Amino acid sequence: MSIPATHKTRVAFIPNWPLRIGFILLAFYVVWAMGQLDVTWARFVDGLSAGQKFLGRMFPPNFSAEKVEMITKGLLESIQIAVIATVIGIGLSLPIGLLAARNLMPAWIVWPARALIAVCRSFHEVVIAIIFVKAVGFGAIAGIGALVVGSIGFISKLFAEAIEEISPKQVEAVRASGAGFFGVLIYGVIPQVFSRFLGFASYQFDSNLRHSTMIGIVGAGGIGGSLFSAFQRFDYDFVCAILLSIIALIIMAEVFSNYVRALFNDNLALLDYLRNRRATKLSQEKSAGLGAS
Amino acid sequence: MNPLDRSIQIRGLTKEYKKGVPVLKGIDLDIPGDGITAIIGPSGTGKSTLIRCINRLIDPTAGQILFQGQDLAKLSGVPLREARRRIGMVFQEYNLVERLTVMENVLTGRLGYVSAFRAWLRKFPQDDIDEAFALLDAVGLGNFVNQRADGLSGGQRQRVGIARAIMQRPEILLADEPTSSLDPKTSVEIMEIMAEMAGTRNIPIIVNIHNVALAKRFCQRMIGMTGGKVVFNGSPAELTDDHLKEIYGGEDWLE
Amino acid sequence: MSTHAIRRWERFTPEQRFLRFAFYFISVAAIVFSIKNIEVIPEFLYDAPEQLADFFQRMWPMDTAYYQKSVHAALIETLNIATLGTLLSLTMSIPVGIMAARNVVPIKPLNMLAQLILVSSRSVNTLVWALLFIAIFGPGAMAGTMAIAFRSIGFVGKLLGEALEEANRGPIDALTATGAPPTSVFLKGYWPQVMPSFVSIALFRWDINVRESAVLGLVGAGGIGMAMDTAMNLFRWDQVAVVLSTIFVVVIIAEIAVSAIRRRII
Repeated sequence: MSIPATHKTRVAFIPNWPLRIGFILLAFYVVWAMGQLDVTWARFVDGLSAGQKFLGRMFPPNFSAEKVEMITKGLLESIQIAVIATVIGIGLSLPIGLLAARNLMPAWIVWPARALIAVCRSFHEVVIAIIFVKAVGFGAIAGIGALVVGSIGFISKLFAEAIEEISPKQVEAVRASGAGFFGVLIYGVIPQVFSRFLGFASYQFDSNLRHSTMIGIVGAGGIGGSLFSAFQRFDYDFVCAILLSIIALIIMAEVFSNYVRALFNDNLALLDYLRNRRATKLSQEKSAGLGAS
Repeated sequence: MNPLDRSIQIRGLTKEYKKGVPVLKGIDLDIPGDGITAIIGPSGTGKSTLIRCINRLIDPTAGQILFQGQDLAKLSGVPLREARRRIGMVFQEYNLVERLTVMENVLTGRLGYVSAFRAWLRKFPQDDIDEAFALLDAVGLGNFVNQRADGLSGGQRQRVGIARAIMQRPEILLADEPTSSLDPKTSVEIMEIMAEMAGTRNIPIIVNIHNVALAKRFCQRMIGMTGGKVVFNGSPAELTDDHLKEIYGGEDWLE
Repeated sequence: MSTHAIRRWERFTPEQRFLRFAFYFISVAAIVFSIKNIEVIPEFLYDAPEQLADFFQRMWPMDTAYYQKSVHAALIETLNIATLGTLLSLTMSIPVGIMAARNVVPIKPLNMLAQLILVSSRSVNTLVWALLFIAIFGPGAMAGTMAIAFRSIGFVGKLLGEALEEANRGPIDALTATGAPPTSVFLKGYWPQVMPSFVSIALFRWDINVRESAVLGLVGAGGIGMAMDTAMNLFRWDQVAVVLSTIFVVVIIAEIAVSAIRRRII
């Protein structure tokens, strides 16, 4: 063993100065930015009493028959928008993602494809919805268009990345058997990325459903329109009813897509799925106690 | 009860992970309050479970674990934490916090005594810091104080693990297969360090161990377990091949 | 082995095949139903290309002077909303994320409460959150900041909870065995393990929030969207084009910055 240094020179903890300075700067920034945005304690306190009144008017939520009919109609339209947008979006994302994969395509195809993806990604669905409303008028078509663009931005990018991460050996093997481009695609590439792709697609459906409940605010169809007008009429108990319905719908969609992912990726049947969830919980409890043996 | 008495009495200890399938089948055992006690036995026979029941990382299904007049099996909340402070533990996989430095890992041995707020600010008492330095020097890691634990070798990690356990100033030390992940030479070094540290501080050790030869070399007392029951309890000299056959089953491996 | 003379290999059990078929059936039915029922006004579609061409024509040339006049200040406000909102959401999502992690807080009702908070936060869109907070705080950047913060809780909290559930059990056992109180076990056992993912989640969410905060202004919650709204109401598409280009550039820069920082940290 080397000789221990004398105690005076030994430091138990080395201070991380860059981190500390970073935190101090961050604190200054927060104070400055709060001043800029006029975020003050007084406004917060004012807001609390306004919030109380607001919550008071939200509850109980208005689920009268006529309102329920409006909600059902709006939600159905949102679902329709999400379904169609997801199908078209995925349909377009596949070729675009493929074109943007650097390991399969030459650079002069990759860069335009990537630029298109970047443009689609940069703009929020609502901004795109505004442009579509301008182009095709109010209604569901505008919403579908907006969500399709958003889906392209999201899925194409992930899909291109997934393709770039595939193992080249399998592609070589298929190519060596004399397959043409599409043969390589179907036997060498698709099998490797299918399960991840399914994950992206089900995630995108969830996310489109979420967005489809909002684009109505700019007139692009779905429940968002009713929600926005309810806000403008200060019809807060109806607002609350709509929000609760949206939350319920999203929860159901998440449960459904989790199950679909389990069905296709892990080959689980419904009962297995439920059983498996319990089993993983049990094994968690067990491993919580037992480390090794 | 005599507070200097560091022996443990286990009575009717049973543990079932699944109902009706006991891993420990009513263990009765007296573990002396000095020296090193080895528990040997085949994998999956409940050695780890037994050791983890003592400091209650696992909750036993039934039975008593008596230590200085307290039934450890019945404790919960603050009394349980106070009992755990007095029981050090060394793990097979070292169980260091990878992203913390060696010094921070050793000082986690004091977390039972230092408030969470002070621990967060790393304001440990100077006494503790001095002792941590001394312990790290003693295990030969005096120059690794500010290195992160994920940069250490297995043997070095286990030295940190021992320093952390001793840092608790424990009254008893549990070791769950402390050498099973190490090469033979390092295993002996680790056992030596443990025996030396505990010996000079009068801390009894209970160690789970796979390597019978290593156990015989370091331990004053051996307990053989098989199928969730104790089948041998005596000195290393008393442990015969017949006992080993009973513990591990078969004899081909005995040569 | 002779009894196995007619062993057949099948990729899926009948039940699995049935469920897969059911899924395909549901999907096709949903698509057909959606297409048949969606309201389309064909007259609107016929002149869409014309409208779009007209739209882009009016955007060009851009009114670049508009940037200095209105867009720049609004852009800074947008970035402040995104950053402050993200920071605020971090402080709120840490407790919720911890509560959602079943290994850290082994209390079922609390886990479920946390999940409910997380899913509510995620289901309500940023713009809807903004409308809610405008009703409370009045129009402006404060409502926008709160909206960004509340929408982000679900995202950050969910990912933090998952990271905590994946934390290595070993060090936790070791710290528990020293008799450390739960808070210390969390600070010294769990936190160091999830810290890198937490930073990366926070950066990722900030990146998303820059995009989201750009539209808050459309409902009156501050930021660059306000400038866009004003320009649109005046049909100044050459000014809208300036806003859109600004958003595009800023979002790209934010994405590059975030991936650079993440590479350095991880």
